[in-house]
Amino acid sequence: MSKTITIDGKTIPFEEGQTIMDAAMAAGVYIPHLCHQPEFTPHGSCKLCTVKVNGRNCSACTYPAISGQEVLNDTEELINDRKKITQMLFVEGNHFCPSCEKTGNCQLQAVAYHLNMLDNHFPLFYPERDVDASHPDVMIDHNRCIFCTLCVRASHEKDGKDVFAISGRGIHKHLIVNAESGLLKDTDMAATDQAAHICPTGAILIKRTGYQVPIGQRIYDHEQIDQVSLAASGSRPVSALPPSMAVGTENIKNGK
Amino acid sequence: MANKIRVATTSLAGCFGCHMSFLDIDERMLQLAEVVEFDRSPITDIEHCTNCDIGLIEGGVCNSENVHVLREFRNNCKILVAVGACAINGGLPAMRNHVPLEECLNEAYLDGIGVENPQIPNDIELPLLLNQVHPIHEIVKIDYYLPGCPPSADVFWKFLTDLIEGREPSLPYELVHYD
Repeated sequence: MSKTITIDGKTIPFEEGQTIMDAAMAAGVYIPHLCHQPEFTPHGSCKLCTVKVNGRNCSACTYPAISGQEVLNDTEELINDRKKITQMLFVEGNHFCPSCEKTGNCQLQAVAYHLNMLDNHFPLFYPERDVDASHPDVMIDHNRCIFCTLCVRASHEKDGKDVFAISGRGIHKHLIVNAESGLLKDTDMAATDQAAHICPTGAILIKRTGYQVPIGQRIYDHEQIDQVSLAASGSRPVSALPPSMAVGTENIKNGK
Repeated sequence: MANKIRVATTSLAGCFGCHMSFLDIDERMLQLAEVVEFDRSPITDIEHCTNCDIGLIEGGVCNSENVHVLREFRNNCKILVAVGACAINGGLPAMRNHVPLEECLNEAYLDGIGVENPQIPNDIELPLLLNQVHPIHEIVKIDYYLPGCPPSADVFWKFLTDLIEGREPSLPYELVHYD
């Protein structure tokens, strides 16, 4: 008999070594997430994938599936928690969607749309953060970084370069690059690196590619992130583009 | 109709783009006018709010007058609504929050390219600028939020018809945009 857990009462099979997130995605159950991408080592930092496992809150992306677990995912309490977490992510940085190139393709925004987040609830923090436009092909806008570490993991695990790291703790936490000058131009970053394309927000952008798809015709203008995320996890080869890019390319091809 | 629903609108630190988008409900404005009467609003030129049912606020708070107007709306409107990105998170005007106010004024009125007769405006009638631009929920209690830059005409229509017909207002996925 194959091993199973339940998510919101529904029986979900899993294989040894899978996390709750792995099992859920394989079964077509969406658990909201930002710092998780199936092809990278789970990090468990954004806490959006918080689910209740046998009555206790856990990050679905890091928690192993174990036979008989009763997992709650789509409950009012968890949805409200996720909305509050997303609001905190918004007020903690400087996320001005109307003036951001990533709008419509942004996973932070898409999760907020999915949660029907209409306001920020908290006072805005307006932190002072820099833009690093020193590199000829790639720019970093620290205002939009949510410290998901996907670029850190992509650079380390896929590109073999270790261009990025997170430094500092708490309110002083920030993204740093591997150069004495602290500037991206002095690293071995290339626009073809996976790390340059993995950012879920508009913090890392490729120069001279902006606004090729008009606002209003972008991924999450038409599709909810749960559908995009599940579709991307299905048959995507390990080294393929991140889901946002893959679906984006498809949309462009289809003339959407 | 004897007792029409009274609606007031204003733009604080906004660009009136949300008001323009509201007017994009086009001929539906006639339907709205059957049940709604406008109080203080750029549409009527009425200067101060009296008792209203719904207040629509565009824009964040960037100067002392904005604070007074916002409080007047809160004191007079049963339901106060933050309309658009600037009312909700400060929006474009809040991008000055990282630059000291004096530097902003110097750049705009003294040192900027093409400035003639440089002087910082100091007429006593001008409201004083705040050090930073703030979203309106930091000043008064807000009952509903309509995101968008601007929110589409359909957002205004869905929200107002929900309220007028006695439903709890809600926005489906396709009407929620931050851009």
